[in-house]
Amino acid sequence: MEIAEAVLDTALIGLLLTMAWATLHTQRMSAAIALFAGFGMVLALIWARLRAPDLALAEAAIGAGLTSALLLRAASITREETIRIPTSRLWLRWLFVTAVFAWLAVHVLALSTLDGGHSLPELVTGQTPNSGVRHPVTAVLLNFRAWDTLLELLVLLLALLGFRQIARHNRHPYDADHHPAPWPLLKAWSRSLAPLLVVTGGYLLWRGSDDPGGAFQAGAVLAAALVLLRLSGQLPVFRWSRWTVRLAALTGPALFLSVAIGSAVMGEGWLNYPDNASTLLIVLIESAATVSIAVTLAFLVAGEEEDIAE
Amino acid sequence: MTVALEGLRIVLLAGGLFFFVTGSLGLLRFPDTYTRLHAVTKADNVGLGLLVAGLSLHSLEWQSTALMLLIWLFVMASGATSAQLLARYQREQDRQESASNGNR
Repeated sequence: MEIAEAVLDTALIGLLLTMAWATLHTQRMSAAIALFAGFGMVLALIWARLRAPDLALAEAAIGAGLTSALLLRAASITREETIRIPTSRLWLRWLFVTAVFAWLAVHVLALSTLDGGHSLPELVTGQTPNSGVRHPVTAVLLNFRAWDTLLELLVLLLALLGFRQIARHNRHPYDADHHPAPWPLLKAWSRSLAPLLVVTGGYLLWRGSDDPGGAFQAGAVLAAALVLLRLSGQLPVFRWSRWTVRLAALTGPALFLSVAIGSAVMGEGWLNYPDNASTLLIVLIESAATVSIAVTLAFLVAGEEEDIAE
Repeated sequence: MTVALEGLRIVLLAGGLFFFVTGSLGLLRFPDTYTRLHAVTKADNVGLGLLVAGLSLHSLEWQSTALMLLIWLFVMASGATSAQLLARYQREQDRQESASNGNR
């Protein structure tokens, strides 16, 4: 059995490197994006093989799925069919990549032993019972390093605002080639798939405190449901002027920020939850963050264009 | 009995792999979008079904068999829908092309 696993792992690594190379060296934009999506799926499989299901879920949903959808949308706006591969000053690029990689490697390797010979995983597992959740990854994301997660949500909000700035200047007229009218089979399939996606998203969010899952994975799944319903013409256009869209996009960062400020002013410090309320606070923050992530991602992929339906 | 079961499992898995290989071959070798879609979707539906049947003989637990059956159903439904979408898009393209050729 070990030989079979070694063959599988070697094949996966070879496939990953081949896809990375092909993604960088193909000339056609659409082919590069398709290869990038395949690269993400292989990477998700490798994370699963490394027993990191959190990363595998996130990579499959966000890295492979939504990022490729975003790239396709960007490509359809620029209308560039071929990629010009830069050849000038190649050594400078190599130098830069090598330097960054070496810097990262040194710092990641330093994480394996911290003060007193404790390794980072030992510290996290030791402290997880005090965090209010039982899954170590969720404990790191929403408690020990909650500040990083808050900043991630703010980055997502910034991306949404930046998209609005660019989209305002790049309005291209309604294009019938790109959006054929939705047709019955797609409507029926999206209508039956959407409730299942909502259930799956809710399950991922709820299981996040005990098992792999959490706000980002759940948000990505819900965003997929929103995009599917939008593209099949069953939801109205996502417009920033709608108060529901604004409320949903802002509720996660707003709740997270108010918890941070509240704990700084009334409690023991910035994002230092009171012991008896940490589970409740984490579940509240994760639920609000899921809604915001879902709406933001769906807006980035399928928001603010002329009406597709009818 | 176990030998027969094992033999059936190997036949099912080999059949599934055969369909995947021929589907991929068709995707690479067929001349246009419609025939390529035909090759990929038909082969994947049957191939995945055979793989699921073979793997469920391997584990013989009803939970994992039910999960794999669900996966098969979802892959078939989404495969059918996306194949129709791609074919429709291609047909639109073909129509526009022939219309613009006719105008010249």
